[in-house]
Amino acid sequence: MIPALINAASMFFVVAGAFFFLAGTVGLLRFPDVYTRLHSLTKADNTGLGLMMVGLAIQSGSILVALKMALAWLFVLVSGATAAHLISTTALKSGLRIWRKE
Amino acid sequence: MSFAGLVLDGLLALSLPVLAWRALSARDLYRAVILFITFGVILALAWARLGAPDIALAEAAIGAGITGALLLNTVGGLSRKNDKDDERPDEPTDRVGRPWRTRLAVTVPVTILAGGLAWAVLSFPAPVVDMPSLVGEAVAEGEVSHPVTAVLLDYRSYDTFLEIGVLLLAALCVWSLGLSAVRSTAPEAVSGSPVLAGFVRLLAPAMVVSGVYLLWAGTSQPGGAFQAGAVLGALGVVMVLTGLLVPSLGRGGVVRAGLALGFAVFLLVGVVSMLATGGFLAYPEGFEYGLILAIEFFLTFSIALTLTALFTTVPPREKGGGA
Repeated sequence: MIPALINAASMFFVVAGAFFFLAGTVGLLRFPDVYTRLHSLTKADNTGLGLMMVGLAIQSGSILVALKMALAWLFVLVSGATAAHLISTTALKSGLRIWRKE
Repeated sequence: MSFAGLVLDGLLALSLPVLAWRALSARDLYRAVILFITFGVILALAWARLGAPDIALAEAAIGAGITGALLLNTVGGLSRKNDKDDERPDEPTDRVGRPWRTRLAVTVPVTILAGGLAWAVLSFPAPVVDMPSLVGEAVAEGEVSHPVTAVLLDYRSYDTFLEIGVLLLAALCVWSLGLSAVRSTAPEAVSGSPVLAGFVRLLAPAMVVSGVYLLWAGTSQPGGAFQAGAVLGALGVVMVLTGLLVPSLGRGGVVRAGLALGFAVFLLVGVVSMLATGGFLAYPEGFEYGLILAIEFFLTFSIALTLTALFTTVPPREKGGGA
């Protein structure tokens, strides 16, 4: 009963994470300018990876491994946010216009 | 192997040659570099799938990370120069007609080389030294418990020795080109960004810890001097980019000594071991572990410093002065 439950939860979290990655990739390809693309990319990285880590952590069965995964996720969060901030600031300073609906 | 694993491996195997070809054939340098970095990441994944986490780590850190950053730095320097020429096409195309002579001049030697390589691989003589069992023995004797490190330093000391020599030579070559020192490749708004400064402060201790850990873990797990050096070198690159390191990292005697240290220690150990046992880099019995760890320690330091030093210069902005 319990293993089946854990497997089901893992599956749910990993699939949900994959959905966020898919949505983020579609956004990256389809959105009109660099700012909106960054928005979709960071959403995918942060939430998608977080959900996948949760799914894999409950599968690992070890607190230490789960903590390592959480740490990896935190680093991705911080570096993703910093990179997105730097790219968007540079784009804004170098005069890339923000997309507006006609 | 499961079906999903097969699909993943197939995708990796298919995307590698495609990415390599696109990176080589891209006319736009920036696009080529991005494709090269993607190639490195996929290659690291492929190594990981092949069960070689050491090579995967090295490929991700050095092949994709540091090399990618160096190439981007170079492209940035070159494109600043090109912007003034006003000759850059708006949208570079990848499909360019080349005369058949050019195609022939490229195709024929490459085909001959590929054929030669294929022939050489197919006609390998049976290995004289039974490497796997030798390594197995060494690991069993407990000198260094990780097979890859054992191979790299116990049996392939020469390779590693020459690699650090090549790295030192690369730094010397870059210095002798007389490139201008990097001011800050990022615009003023970014290099002065409090977000970036805070990020580096947060990251620096973690990167130092993981670098030292990789070095230490190298004796019993995947890791080692090159991986550790790459992590610490990446920290140096980030510090150069944020302007924290440039004023202090000049070309003074201390930096020069630091660059040469890894190679020098390796050479010293080699010569001393030759005097003691008669073979260059043939470590005397019982001293392998200590010697290997000492070499790895100094190697890491020099690799990190070399990678950082490579990053402190940019290509000249304009040919023939004026800049």
